[in-house]
Amino acid sequence: MHFLIFLVAIGVAVAMAIMLARLFAGPTLYDRVLAANSFGTKTVLFLLVFAALVGRQDAIDIALLYALINFVATIAILKFFRYRSLEIALAQMSLRKALDGEYEK
Amino acid sequence: MSAAEIFQHARDVFAIGAMAVGLVFVIAGATGVMRLPDFYTRMHAAGVTDTLGAELIIVGLIAQAGDWQTAAKLALVGLLLFLTSPTATHAIANAAHRSGLKPDLSHFKPKHPADAASSEGPK
Repeated sequence: MHFLIFLVAIGVAVAMAIMLARLFAGPTLYDRVLAANSFGTKTVLFLLVFAALVGRQDAIDIALLYALINFVATIAILKFFRYRSLEIALAQMSLRKALDGEYEK
Repeated sequence: MSAAEIFQHARDVFAIGAMAVGLVFVIAGATGVMRLPDFYTRMHAAGVTDTLGAELIIVGLIAQAGDWQTAAKLALVGLLLFLTSPTATHAIANAAHRSGLKPDLSHFKPKHPADAASSEGPK
């Protein structure tokens, strides 16, 4: 049982390495964002398997926090590269563009 | 063999089976992200397999978790991933589409009938 969980950890680590290769090789920005997000999901999985393997339950709390931060970071990166600013809230930005008539699509 | 031992073995078999299938999904998704030709196909490979593979591995870990607190925390992580992973994939796809990134269709363009006939004809 223990050895099989170790094999699952190795497999998730291999998937993380492949995702990291795409993160550095990705031709467009969105390839990199996608690879970073997927890498974060696999990091969460690796932390959970690590917690089961070593018997440290606090790694599950770290994984929970990592999942939340990963999602917020992805949305923040996408927002920054669309509006080139993190200052204005997304709803206000959409509303202002709609009022200015720039929100055509 | 007592009923408790049979239950223990069945639980272990279920946990290992779920984790193995989830690992297959995760590896397949990573391979797809590395090998597929353009962004939208890569996003398809990553977004679809990430959710199912992660959920299956978490279900396997819940099945072999010792106490109920561990199982509850694992279920919470699973619920979070189940909600945020498709949302993040949708946000990335929406941002790429809005920025004008086009799918790479050069691999699927049909040949002109004259070209196809000349290339397939006897030399």
